[in-house]
Amino acid sequence: MIYSDIVIAILIFSVLLDLFGFKNSLLTRPIFWSSYAIILPFQLLTNWWLTSRNIVMYDPDVISGLRIMSAPIEDLIFGFALILNVMGMWEYWGTKGVQKD
Amino acid sequence: MLKLSYLAMLIFTMVASFWLEIAFKVHVLRRMKRVLLSLLPISLGFLIWDAYAIAQGHWYFDQKQVTGINGPFNIPIEEILFFLIIPIAVLMTLEGVARIKPQWKHPELRK
Repeated sequence: MIYSDIVIAILIFSVLLDLFGFKNSLLTRPIFWSSYAIILPFQLLTNWWLTSRNIVMYDPDVISGLRIMSAPIEDLIFGFALILNVMGMWEYWGTKGVQKD
Repeated sequence: MLKLSYLAMLIFTMVASFWLEIAFKVHVLRRMKRVLLSLLPISLGFLIWDAYAIAQGHWYFDQKQVTGINGPFNIPIEEILFFLIIPIAVLMTLEGVARIKPQWKHPELRK
Protein backbone atom coordinates (compact mmCIF):
# COMPACT_ATOMS: atom_id res chain seq x y z
CA MET A 1 0.00 0.00 0.00
CA ILE A 2 2.90 2.30 -0.76
CA TYR A 3 0.96 4.59 -3.11
CA SER A 4 -1.77 4.78 -0.44
CA ASP A 5 0.72 5.76 2.26
CA ILE A 6 2.44 8.43 0.17
CA VAL A 7 -0.83 9.95 -1.02
CA ILE A 8 -2.22 10.21 2.52
CA ALA A 9 0.99 11.88 3.70
CA ILE A 10 0.71 14.33 0.79
CA LEU A 11 -2.96 14.99 1.55
CA ILE A 12 -2.15 15.78 5.19
CA PHE A 13 0.72 18.04 4.13
CA SER A 14 -1.52 19.86 1.61
CA VAL A 15 -4.32 20.40 4.12
CA LEU A 16 -1.91 21.67 6.79
CA LEU A 17 -0.22 23.96 4.26
CA ASP A 18 -3.61 25.37 3.26
CA LEU A 19 -4.89 25.81 6.81
CA PHE A 20 -1.73 27.16 8.43
CA GLY A 21 0.69 28.10 5.64
CA PHE A 22 -1.47 30.56 3.73
CA LYS A 23 -3.68 33.39 4.89
CA ASN A 24 -7.37 32.82 4.04
CA SER A 25 -7.37 29.04 3.78
CA LEU A 26 -9.05 27.85 0.58
CA LEU A 27 -10.62 24.88 2.38
CA THR A 28 -12.80 27.26 4.40
CA ARG A 29 -14.04 29.26 1.39
CA PRO A 30 -16.88 28.73 -1.10
CA ILE A 31 -14.66 29.66 -4.06
CA PHE A 32 -12.59 26.53 -3.53
CA TRP A 33 -15.48 24.10 -3.10
CA SER A 34 -17.42 25.61 -6.03
CA SER A 35 -14.35 25.31 -8.25
CA TYR A 36 -13.71 21.78 -7.05
CA ALA A 37 -17.34 20.82 -7.75
CA ILE A 38 -16.77 21.86 -11.37
CA ILE A 39 -13.41 20.11 -11.59
CA LEU A 40 -14.46 16.83 -9.91
CA PRO A 41 -16.49 15.40 -12.83
CA PHE A 42 -13.58 16.14 -15.17
CA GLN A 43 -11.18 14.58 -12.70
CA LEU A 44 -13.30 11.41 -12.57
CA LEU A 45 -13.66 11.38 -16.35
CA THR A 46 -9.95 11.80 -17.10
CA ASN A 47 -8.94 9.29 -14.38
CA TRP A 48 -11.49 6.87 -15.82
CA TRP A 49 -10.01 7.30 -19.31
CA LEU A 50 -6.46 6.60 -18.14
CA THR A 51 -7.33 3.59 -15.99
CA SER A 52 -10.25 1.88 -17.78
CA ARG A 53 -8.19 1.72 -20.98
CA ASN A 54 -5.14 0.57 -19.00
CA ILE A 55 -3.10 3.50 -20.25
CA VAL A 56 -1.76 3.66 -16.68
CA MET A 57 -1.55 0.49 -14.61
CA TYR A 58 -0.72 -0.04 -10.96
CA ASP A 59 1.12 -2.68 -9.03
CA PRO A 60 -1.74 -4.16 -6.96
CA ASP A 61 0.56 -4.31 -3.94
CA VAL A 62 0.90 -0.50 -3.71
CA ILE A 63 -2.80 0.47 -3.75
CA SER A 64 -5.70 -0.15 -1.38
CA GLY A 65 -7.80 -1.69 -4.14
CA LEU A 66 -10.65 0.75 -3.59
CA ARG A 67 -11.67 2.18 -6.96
CA ILE A 68 -14.03 4.91 -8.16
CA MET A 69 -15.03 4.83 -11.82
CA SER A 70 -12.19 2.39 -12.50
CA ALA A 71 -9.48 4.65 -11.00
CA PRO A 72 -7.81 3.87 -7.67
CA ILE A 73 -9.15 6.11 -4.88
CA GLU A 74 -5.53 7.20 -4.45
CA ASP A 75 -5.69 8.99 -7.83
CA LEU A 76 -8.63 11.08 -6.66
CA ILE A 77 -6.78 12.04 -3.46
CA PHE A 78 -3.59 12.86 -5.35
CA GLY A 79 -5.58 15.08 -7.72
CA PHE A 80 -7.27 16.84 -4.83
CA ALA A 81 -3.89 17.64 -3.24
CA LEU A 82 -2.52 18.89 -6.57
CA ILE A 83 -5.56 21.12 -7.12
CA LEU A 84 -5.50 22.54 -3.58
CA ASN A 85 -1.77 23.26 -3.64
CA VAL A 86 -1.72 24.90 -7.07
CA MET A 87 -4.66 27.13 -6.18
CA GLY A 88 -3.02 27.99 -2.85
CA MET A 89 0.20 29.00 -4.57
CA TRP A 90 -1.71 31.04 -7.17
CA GLU A 91 -3.44 33.03 -4.44
CA TYR A 92 -0.20 33.38 -2.50
CA TRP A 93 1.60 34.99 -5.45
CA GLY A 94 -1.43 37.16 -6.13
CA THR A 95 -1.37 38.54 -2.61
CA LYS A 96 2.37 39.15 -3.04
CA GLY A 97 1.42 41.42 -5.94
CA VAL A 98 2.60 39.12 -8.77
CA GLN A 99 0.34 39.72 -11.79
CA LYS A 100 -2.71 40.41 -9.68
CA ASP A 101 -4.91 41.11 -12.73
CA MET B 1 -3.51 6.75 -33.35
CA LEU B 2 -3.56 4.43 -30.34
CA LYS B 3 -0.23 5.91 -29.28
CA LEU B 4 -2.03 9.22 -28.74
CA SER B 5 -4.45 7.79 -26.14
CA TYR B 6 -2.91 9.53 -23.15
CA LEU B 7 -2.22 12.70 -25.13
CA ALA B 8 -5.89 12.81 -26.21
CA MET B 9 -6.94 13.20 -22.57
CA LEU B 10 -4.62 16.19 -22.18
CA ILE B 11 -5.93 17.78 -25.38
CA PHE B 12 -9.48 17.21 -24.12
CA THR B 13 -8.59 19.00 -20.86
CA MET B 14 -7.20 21.94 -22.83
CA VAL B 15 -10.28 22.15 -25.05
CA ALA B 16 -12.59 21.87 -22.04
CA SER B 17 -10.89 24.67 -20.10
CA PHE B 18 -8.91 27.04 -22.32
CA TRP B 19 -12.05 28.61 -23.81
CA LEU B 20 -12.51 30.28 -20.40
CA GLU B 21 -9.50 32.44 -21.25
CA ILE B 22 -11.56 34.09 -23.99
CA ALA B 23 -15.19 33.69 -22.91
CA PHE B 24 -14.67 34.51 -19.22
CA LYS B 25 -11.55 36.62 -19.66
CA VAL B 26 -9.90 34.69 -16.83
CA HIS B 27 -6.51 36.02 -17.96
CA VAL B 28 -4.60 33.01 -16.72
CA LEU B 29 -2.48 32.46 -19.85
CA ARG B 30 -1.53 36.11 -19.98
CA ARG B 31 -0.25 35.84 -16.40
CA MET B 32 2.25 33.12 -17.27
CA LYS B 33 4.83 34.30 -14.74
CA ARG B 34 2.34 33.81 -11.90
CA VAL B 35 1.20 30.49 -13.42
CA LEU B 36 4.75 29.15 -13.54
CA LEU B 37 5.63 30.41 -10.05
CA SER B 38 2.50 28.65 -8.77
CA LEU B 39 2.75 25.33 -10.55
CA LEU B 40 6.50 24.72 -10.83
CA PRO B 41 7.23 24.07 -7.14
CA ILE B 42 4.18 21.82 -6.83
CA SER B 43 4.54 20.01 -10.16
CA LEU B 44 8.26 19.48 -9.65
CA GLY B 45 7.52 17.80 -6.34
CA PHE B 46 4.92 15.54 -7.93
CA LEU B 47 7.26 14.72 -10.83
CA ILE B 48 9.97 13.63 -8.39
CA TRP B 49 7.41 11.30 -6.84
CA ASP B 50 6.41 10.15 -10.35
CA ALA B 51 10.05 9.36 -11.19
CA TYR B 52 10.41 7.41 -7.95
CA ALA B 53 7.13 5.50 -8.47
CA ILE B 54 8.03 4.64 -12.07
CA ALA B 55 11.50 3.45 -11.01
CA GLN B 56 9.94 1.32 -8.26
CA GLY B 57 7.26 -0.04 -10.59
CA HIS B 58 4.39 1.35 -8.52
CA TRP B 59 2.76 2.35 -11.77
CA TYR B 60 3.58 1.86 -15.41
CA PHE B 61 2.28 2.88 -18.82
CA ASP B 62 0.99 0.86 -21.74
CA GLN B 63 3.68 1.58 -24.31
CA LYS B 64 1.13 1.07 -27.09
CA GLN B 65 -0.92 4.02 -25.76
CA VAL B 66 1.77 6.62 -25.15
CA THR B 67 3.97 8.43 -27.66
CA GLY B 68 7.04 6.70 -26.29
CA ILE B 69 8.83 10.02 -25.90
CA ASN B 70 10.34 10.07 -22.44
CA GLY B 71 11.72 12.92 -20.40
CA PRO B 72 14.33 12.55 -17.66
CA PHE B 73 14.07 9.47 -15.39
CA ASN B 74 11.88 7.61 -17.93
CA ILE B 75 8.94 9.92 -17.24
CA PRO B 76 6.67 9.86 -20.32
CA ILE B 77 6.29 13.28 -21.94
CA GLU B 78 2.55 12.95 -21.28
CA GLU B 79 3.17 12.94 -17.52
CA ILE B 80 5.26 16.11 -17.77
CA LEU B 81 2.54 17.77 -19.86
CA PHE B 82 -0.07 16.57 -17.34
CA PHE B 83 1.63 18.62 -14.61
CA LEU B 84 1.55 21.72 -16.84
CA ILE B 85 -1.90 21.43 -18.41
CA ILE B 86 -3.94 20.21 -15.43
CA PRO B 87 -2.80 23.04 -13.10
CA ILE B 88 -3.57 25.63 -15.80
CA ALA B 89 -7.07 24.15 -16.28
CA VAL B 90 -7.54 24.23 -12.50
CA LEU B 91 -6.50 27.89 -12.27
CA MET B 92 -8.81 28.79 -15.15
CA THR B 93 -11.70 27.18 -13.29
CA LEU B 94 -10.83 29.07 -10.10
CA GLU B 95 -10.61 32.38 -11.96
CA GLY B 96 -13.80 31.57 -13.87
CA VAL B 97 -15.68 31.15 -10.59
CA ALA B 98 -14.05 34.36 -9.33
CA ARG B 99 -15.46 36.17 -12.40
CA ILE B 100 -18.99 35.09 -11.50
CA LYS B 101 -18.59 35.52 -7.74
CA PRO B 102 -16.10 38.34 -7.18
CA GLN B 103 -17.19 38.55 -3.54
CA TRP B 104 -15.67 35.08 -3.00
CA LYS B 105 -12.21 36.25 -3.98
CA HIS B 106 -9.40 36.52 -1.47
CA PRO B 107 -9.90 39.88 0.29
CA GLU B 108 -6.49 41.09 -0.90
CA LEU B 109 -7.28 40.14 -4.49
CA ARG B 110 -10.54 42.05 -4.78
CA LYS B 111 -10.33 45.21 -6.78
